[in-house]
Amino acid sequence: RQELLKWNGWGYNDSKFIFNKKGQAEFTGKRYRLGGMVLPTFKEWIEKTFGASLEHKTTSRASLNVNDVPPSIVNEEFLQDLRATNISYSQDAEDRVFRAHGHCLHEIFVLREGMFKRIPDIVVWPVCHEDVVKIVELACKHNLCLIPFGGGTSVSSALECPEEEKRTIVSLDTSQMNRILWIDEKNLTACVEAGIVGQDLENQLAESGFCTGHEPDSMEFSSLGGWVATRASGMKKNIYGNIEDLVIHIKMVTPRGIVEKNCQVPRMSTGPDIHHFIMGSEGTLGVVTEVTIKIRPVPEYQKYGSVVFPNFERGVACLREVAKQRCAPASIRLVDNAQFQFGHALKPQVASIFTSFLDGLKKFYITKFKGFDPNVLCVATLLFEGDREKVLQHEKQVYDIATKFGGLAAGEDNGQRGYMLTFVIAYLRDLGLDYYVIGESFETSVPWDRVLDLCRNVKERIVRECKEKGVQFAPFSTCRVTQTYDAGACVYFYFAFNYRGISDPIHVYEQIERAAREEILANGGSLSHHHGVGKLRKRWMKESISDVGLGMLRSVKEYVDPNNIFGNKNLL
Amino acid sequence: LEVVSHSLFVCSQQKELTSKKRDEFEDILEERRLSSDLRYAMKCYAPVIYKGLSPCKPNAIKSAVLQSEQVQYVIKQLAKEMGESPDIIQEEATEILDEMGHNMQLGAVRFFAFTLSKIFKQLFQRVCVNEEGMQRLQRAIQEHPVVLLPSHRSYVDFLMLSYLLYTYDLALPVIAAGIFLGMKIIGELLRRAGAFFMRRSFGGNRLYWAVFAEYVKTMLRSGYAPIEFFLEGTRSRTAKTLTPKFGLLSIVMEPFFKREVFDTYLVPISISYERILEESLYAYELLGVPKPKESTSGLLKARKILSDSFGTIHIYIGQPVSLRTLASGRINRCPYNLVPRHLPQKPSEDIQEFVSDVAYKMELLQIENMVLSPWVLAAAVLLQNLPAMDFELLIEKTLWLKGLTQTFGGFIDWPDNLCAKKAVMSGLTLHSNIARLVDGHVVLNDKGMEDGAVGKIVFKRALAILMCATYRNQLLNVFVRPSLVAVALQMTRSFRKEEVYSCFSFLRDIFSDEFIFFPGISLKDFEEGCFLLTKCDAIQTTQQELYPTDKGSVIVSFLSAMFRPFVEGYQLIFRYLSKEIKESFTEKQFVPGVRNFVFQLLEKGNTQCYEALSSDMQKNALAALVQLGAVKKKKMSNGFTYNVNQEAVNKILDMFDARIPVQKPVAARL
Repeated sequence: RQELLKWNGWGYNDSKFIFNKKGQAEFTGKRYRLGGMVLPTFKEWIEKTFGASLEHKTTSRASLNVNDVPPSIVNEEFLQDLRATNISYSQDAEDRVFRAHGHCLHEIFVLREGMFKRIPDIVVWPVCHEDVVKIVELACKHNLCLIPFGGGTSVSSALECPEEEKRTIVSLDTSQMNRILWIDEKNLTACVEAGIVGQDLENQLAESGFCTGHEPDSMEFSSLGGWVATRASGMKKNIYGNIEDLVIHIKMVTPRGIVEKNCQVPRMSTGPDIHHFIMGSEGTLGVVTEVTIKIRPVPEYQKYGSVVFPNFERGVACLREVAKQRCAPASIRLVDNAQFQFGHALKPQVASIFTSFLDGLKKFYITKFKGFDPNVLCVATLLFEGDREKVLQHEKQVYDIATKFGGLAAGEDNGQRGYMLTFVIAYLRDLGLDYYVIGESFETSVPWDRVLDLCRNVKERIVRECKEKGVQFAPFSTCRVTQTYDAGACVYFYFAFNYRGISDPIHVYEQIERAAREEILANGGSLSHHHGVGKLRKRWMKESISDVGLGMLRSVKEYVDPNNIFGNKNLL
Repeated sequence: LEVVSHSLFVCSQQKELTSKKRDEFEDILEERRLSSDLRYAMKCYAPVIYKGLSPCKPNAIKSAVLQSEQVQYVIKQLAKEMGESPDIIQEEATEILDEMGHNMQLGAVRFFAFTLSKIFKQLFQRVCVNEEGMQRLQRAIQEHPVVLLPSHRSYVDFLMLSYLLYTYDLALPVIAAGIFLGMKIIGELLRRAGAFFMRRSFGGNRLYWAVFAEYVKTMLRSGYAPIEFFLEGTRSRTAKTLTPKFGLLSIVMEPFFKREVFDTYLVPISISYERILEESLYAYELLGVPKPKESTSGLLKARKILSDSFGTIHIYIGQPVSLRTLASGRINRCPYNLVPRHLPQKPSEDIQEFVSDVAYKMELLQIENMVLSPWVLAAAVLLQNLPAMDFELLIEKTLWLKGLTQTFGGFIDWPDNLCAKKAVMSGLTLHSNIARLVDGHVVLNDKGMEDGAVGKIVFKRALAILMCATYRNQLLNVFVRPSLVAVALQMTRSFRKEEVYSCFSFLRDIFSDEFIFFPGISLKDFEEGCFLLTKCDAIQTTQQELYPTDKGSVIVSFLSAMFRPFVEGYQLIFRYLSKEIKESFTEKQFVPGVRNFVFQLLEKGNTQCYEALSSDMQKNALAALVQLGAVKKKKMSNGFTYNVNQEAVNKILDMFDARIPVQKPVAARL
């Protein structure tokens, strides 16, 4: 699997944005719908939005320089014990660097231009629960630091090795624990090993006609255990729920032993739910090895949709109403104008004159006839799932609400492209990095009544901070409301800027991201909706959950892992 | 962290105090005198607006206020408590809003533009404005909601400011004014020019408060127009900046605290009058002669004023101050996160303290840019040399004071080429009702100023002195820090820094309602005072000591004489409280009581402190004692009552007395 993936960027080796010989943007590979397509307006958009130019290019190192990699220091006694278990391991530099990071901007930047100060000394690949038990025992025996590694898609610095860690760091890669152990059709549950990657899980369940319905944007790469460890959220949570709603049982190996429950029931009243110590523990307590998760029959019918609103305010009001009536489709998202224009720029070259004529007509209708300002309007994308009949009924209900808020149906195609973009957008950062553009996404959750204020203030704060920090070109600062709940919404921000003329772009970037997070908190938003805390957002934990709250978590850690074997230093 | 950021807050203020670079002034009347007022009134008026503004009519704002969660919440609460139908209370809220709401119409604005042009040209020689300030304001208005915070010396203030914004094609402000409710026609006209009205007191009325606050906040959030109000709350009758009121300021700051707006600009504006329109009215009022109620007919009578001249007005539009910048690091950022934002919530102590600090900061910024005329300097000299002063000596001392004032950072309007004699002479001419030249001597105009029943010499003299003091008062806040050091030096008769500082600190507390001090930075104020005294070579300081230089004793005694009326006045008032009062009293009883007490002393010649007759000083002294805990203030159904703690007052008095130099027989005899 490691061979298929980029060593210094996001996703598959064969999939990336490039500028072809004609200077037009193109997405390579065949994995995505966008694959092999030319994006004629994209270059202009980049130039206009970032003031970037194709002439100014930075290039990443072509491959890892093995000489830079910190040496692997592993005590021989441990190696002997490890060999005795027959668990495969590696001390190879590339293997170790690959597991020394997640996908935060600064981590990718280091890969392209520098080297981490501390990386795992050794990687181990357990293939089952018992292997993990053995590894944890050995780690305790030899006093090693264990860092569980799943899909490696963390965006919270959770996978970075603490620089000051003196013990041998063992990266525990769960990727070989990837079997579905059983499927229980009567109770609609499946027991799965925690290392399975989201996409494989869905594909394998589909063979039996089932799905979990849990689809985080990273589902091609992220793992079940990772979802549990970070309290993940999926795009279709409106139907299937977030990870905490999906999980029926968790088995976790800790230095104290194995933690699990005595039964697999929908709910129990036996004190605070121990699952909630595990979910979101970010690898600080142990390794999740097996998870029993709810499954559903694969839906009969899926339909995409989209709605154009005259402005963001009306769009948010519509989403709020949809949430109020509890009729949200599997997914409903609202992107602001900047992101709408961005999506527009990623429109592939149209195949026929007819489609281009139709596009023109649509545009004319919306902007001229309906009077929408193309620089103000915004778009909601929808995904419906279920019985065909119910979907159509549901669709009508949602579009009726949208009409009340001035929304105009804008077709299935736009909707589908919106969701496809979610998957390819992560590839864009690598393109940007080649042209002095750095960027990242971050997220929060916020009560409904503060959504608009938070979106406006955070975007404005980013623009302000960029200006103050000497960023020469106004940044790309955009958001979407990406999940709706009864009491609030999840908001997702993208933020990128052209860093030419700035000597320490990563530092500047981090200062701005930090300011943006302060702004979110001041506007009544949460520290994180689903990315987690890791090491990136630790400094705000105290004010997020109070001193006592933090103490509660600490005391759990102290009991479960008194010698800090799981020493990734996340969260607390 | 709190402490650090707090001191940063103060530091930035200090820095601004020392690095003074002020803008140039332009006379806006000049063009009015050259071109048609009618054409000016009918000019194309298309002011720049806030970038986030969604245009709406005044009535749309009113209904938005009525429908707002905030107001609806209070209506429901009151309905529940009083057992009334919400409709009735809603009705009441509508009436409140109608009484209060503005109804800005361009027609009325044009009418005002025309008539005010005529009137202002008649009354004033020049109206000078810093154009750079106007340009800054123009940019600020587009960026964020703007709050205009002018000083308040006269009714002319807000007319002039609106007139000014119209002249510069800026959005007319909506004004929170507590006046003119009795004047039907003018009131309606003002309403159409954008004024909205608040009742002077609505202490217990929750509905009124809710409607008013929401009305202000709605206009602010929407960026509808700049909001204007007076931090001082009312016109200062003494031309000395009044201590700030916090209510309105905390209302306009709230949308930022709740992050309903990204930022809010606060713009301090200093309006300085060479001669204040209401000067004699104020003096009468301070002496307890009731002022005529504001009424349209009253205003018509005031027409005779039109034949008089009132010199120059200077309007300095200060640098817009970003509330976000002020708050950064100061405010715990989530005080409003755990309660729905529409619920009325008492601000936390943190926030209250912050609001108070901002209020003081804004007033200090106003003071910093107040323009002082030569007459202000002359009046300060004259008051120390009564009953008569040699004209040449007055000129000489005025010129000397000019230098000192500039050293202390005062902003003097004294053209480079104007000789001192002309400057003082023109001041005397403009203020001939206060003082005049008789046989080469300048004397107060304390005889036959106006006909009336009050024939007593003391009263006439008090009137003249209070009017004259109105001008000297304009210097006081610039001089107060070095002067209180000077007073402390004389009172302690010690050179030990520690002792002088503790005396300074005591005086600063006593005078905390009289002069404007940034809360809680006594030591900084002391250091600034010492620094300024060193700067003009009045004192020398070592690690432990400070002492006047040879040349400096003149300055030190001038400075302490400048503040002597306050020291003596407060002593008289405290004495009254300690000797004459046995039980509890109301404010209504206090002012006449102390006035009679002082009046008798003056008649007997036992004191020369005429300024102690000023009700302003009396109230300030009482407020200071309340703050020091020597007087207890209790809220009763019909206002406040006070209880004196004799012992505490005596102690304060002793501290005052024990430090009074022996050559103060007046105080000693009392």
